[in-house]
Amino acid sequence: MITKEKLFEIKEKTKPSLVEKLLESDRVEFRGEDLVLKGEYYKKQVRIALKNCDIIDPTNIDEYIAMDGYFALLKALTEHEPGYVVEEITESLLRGRGGAGFPTGRKWNEAYRYQADKKYIICNADEGDPGAFMDRSILEKDPHSVLEGMALGGYAIGSDQGYIYVRAEYPMAVKRLQIAIDQAREYGLLGKNIFGTGFNFDIELRLGSGAFVCGEGTALMESIEGRRGMPRPKIHRTAHKGLWGKPTIINNVETLANVPVIMNRGAKWFRGIGTEESPGTKVFALVGKVENAGLVEVPMGMTLREIVFDIGGGAQDGKEYKAVQTGGPSGGCIPAELIDTPVDFESLGKIWSIMGSGGMVVMDENTCMVDIAKFFLDFSVEESCGKCVPCREGTKRMYEILDRITKGEGVEGDIERLEELSETVSSTSLCGLGQTAPNPVITTIKYYRHEYEAHIKDKRCPAKSCKALIKYEITDKCIGCTRCAKVCPVVAITGKVKEMHHIDQSICIKCGACYDVCPVDAISII
Amino acid sequence: MQVTINGKQYDFDKGTTVLKACSEIGLDIPTLCNDERLVPSGSCRLCQVEIEGWGKLHTACTTQVREGMVIHTHSDRVIKARQDLLDMLISNHPLECLTCEKSGACKLQDYCYEYGITEGTYRWEMSKPYFDDTNPFYTFDARKCILCGLCVRVCDELQGTNAIGFENRGFDTQVATPFGEGLENSTCVSCGNCVSVCPVGALEPKSKKKFRHWETRTVRTTCSYCGVGCQMDLKIKGNEIVEVQPAFDAHNEGLLCVKGKFSYNFLSHPDRLKKPMVRKDGVLVETGWDEALDVITSKMKEVKKEFGSDAFAGLTSARCTNEDNYMFQKLFRSTLGTNNVDHCARL
Repeated sequence: MITKEKLFEIKEKTKPSLVEKLLESDRVEFRGEDLVLKGEYYKKQVRIALKNCDIIDPTNIDEYIAMDGYFALLKALTEHEPGYVVEEITESLLRGRGGAGFPTGRKWNEAYRYQADKKYIICNADEGDPGAFMDRSILEKDPHSVLEGMALGGYAIGSDQGYIYVRAEYPMAVKRLQIAIDQAREYGLLGKNIFGTGFNFDIELRLGSGAFVCGEGTALMESIEGRRGMPRPKIHRTAHKGLWGKPTIINNVETLANVPVIMNRGAKWFRGIGTEESPGTKVFALVGKVENAGLVEVPMGMTLREIVFDIGGGAQDGKEYKAVQTGGPSGGCIPAELIDTPVDFESLGKIWSIMGSGGMVVMDENTCMVDIAKFFLDFSVEESCGKCVPCREGTKRMYEILDRITKGEGVEGDIERLEELSETVSSTSLCGLGQTAPNPVITTIKYYRHEYEAHIKDKRCPAKSCKALIKYEITDKCIGCTRCAKVCPVVAITGKVKEMHHIDQSICIKCGACYDVCPVDAISII
Repeated sequence: MQVTINGKQYDFDKGTTVLKACSEIGLDIPTLCNDERLVPSGSCRLCQVEIEGWGKLHTACTTQVREGMVIHTHSDRVIKARQDLLDMLISNHPLECLTCEKSGACKLQDYCYEYGITEGTYRWEMSKPYFDDTNPFYTFDARKCILCGLCVRVCDELQGTNAIGFENRGFDTQVATPFGEGLENSTCVSCGNCVSVCPVGALEPKSKKKFRHWETRTVRTTCSYCGVGCQMDLKIKGNEIVEVQPAFDAHNEGLLCVKGKFSYNFLSHPDRLKKPMVRKDGVLVETGWDEALDVITSKMKEVKKEFGSDAFAGLTSARCTNEDNYMFQKLFRSTLGTNNVDHCARL
């Protein structure tokens, strides 16, 4: 079993060589006393949850300890009562990073005050939003931060058993987590009598089998309990009656990764970052049609403009930036004119989107907003568990309408019908999945109604993206190089060498291959 | 707890659900998935009510009353939500009420009538058809299934068999047996409790007789198959039993076994003995109870006199009540004087 002295010894022994190795690699630099990743992309970032990612070796517990790992746990166990940990987290105003933003301290306090013979802490690592990989990165690159966060949570609420519900589609995360758990057990940082304080805490992995809805707290618990992952009605608070009817805390990976840092540096420090109501940072997976895609961790309150343009470098290939989608299938599309919105729970809520777990999909001028709404709804239709009527039947009908619109078969009244269905599905669904599934539709109708109308009334896709509504035509810029004719998979293009070519619309399947190969941009989309 | 429902004040016990509270005061709240015996599932969403200050609508089956709660069960908002939900359900439901056995006892039909829903707005893609008639006693028609989950929950929570569950997700969700092997190859014990709770015509007994529910009358009786004494309601058309429903307000609490639920055809079978018979000159002849009992007692006396008490052996039935069985062994032990008495007890 590891002692306080031994922990210090490991840190002192490991840190100098680690720092030396990192500085040699020229990937990191010092920002004050902190080691941070070097480069333009990282300049505006403030990394708390990702602080060790790409810096330490995730399979080496000593390197985590070298970066002050497990010192928060040591301090809490040896110097403070559980109530102090709850207070500190409450004071920090840390809010759930899984999307809803519920204050973590309040959640912990509920479980802390509730008397029971057994309590559980669950780490929700069932990340599933399309294009989102924040949690995956933390699990793969800094698994110990999650374990330490859970142990602190366990100590705070009086739990001796934690579960990490991680999706099986993250094999590397599963592997690294298991290595981390084994190492922590070996050091006695998990298990019985941690640091000789009498505090017992262990963690087990539970693998999810690919259902998005299992990221919903009650469905996640059903799944851990061995049943089909379907949400159950919240008759009682999870903090009072959760897993197997016992007080349970479910926290997201990123939330837990914040906990040791807050305990090390104090709630006051944490509140100095971000906004008053949403302190700290948030990790985003900046993806889509953006120049510099990747993970970014920025202080809450930073504007979308700073994230998309200053860090992300704006839209790809010099195209015009059109919108950004936050919050995945539960979120909304934010149009270009709202680019100066600060990114925090409140501000995003005001413009009909949500913070969500951190997906941030950038769209350019060629993105059709009806098609985007259809894409996200398709995801919700696929991932609905099928338990409640509005989510099972309603999202399907909304998808069918959107599908018709993008195929040029929309009819008058479709927009109104979509609005009506959105209202019913969001107000009557059982769980968060259904309640928020219409959001991409609601926001795209709100900000891009004219695009819907163009599809329905003019049978035209303004973004020139919906295949059924566009045509490829060869203009007189054509030099007759024949490349388009050679690449056309259905032989729809005819023409003599060095003469203008022609596309037979009755044959064309609108694959866009000709458009991509034309050396003189002679092919236009109408 | 003081609660206001539709403008009137009522007092309810702590822990009462809003649905139960409404039912106690005689208010009819539509629900397709609620069953007092089961853990609430909140899946049909029809019982939603408006609670002042609570923002969105809440399902009455999963919400407990709180002091000072002000509830509206039939506000415009609530009615609109129920209409929309019913519209979604009926849009994905075959409109075969003319030939459906359940017609007249179908909750979906009743609610659509009550809330003015016609054929459904979204009659586009329908659920994948699947029909399972491999069970000897009942059939399952997935097209008619509204996925209320009652059958699955009864099989799990009350019958403890877990023969059925849900497969696939979202719109493709269906009630199914493990690995899609069909009811015949499942662990189903054919108790029929799933059939009894199905609110629509998805699970139907393999009825021998054609009948309409409004043509039947109900007679409460005690199941004669064993000594448990389950209460059941016989649905009778003319003078013939056409269906059996378990009684919910009796000790069997809405449950029956395969025999009680499905095995009533012997009642009108031509081979059934309705009068005692005595063998005369080698042929069984119908007779009255007086003569029959006289024959039995005189034979008993003769045998006892000639061969002694242990020449007798008695076998009674688990279908008899405890009282009947007690009297039977009493007859053998004290009157005939033998311990040669047993019963089948292996129904």
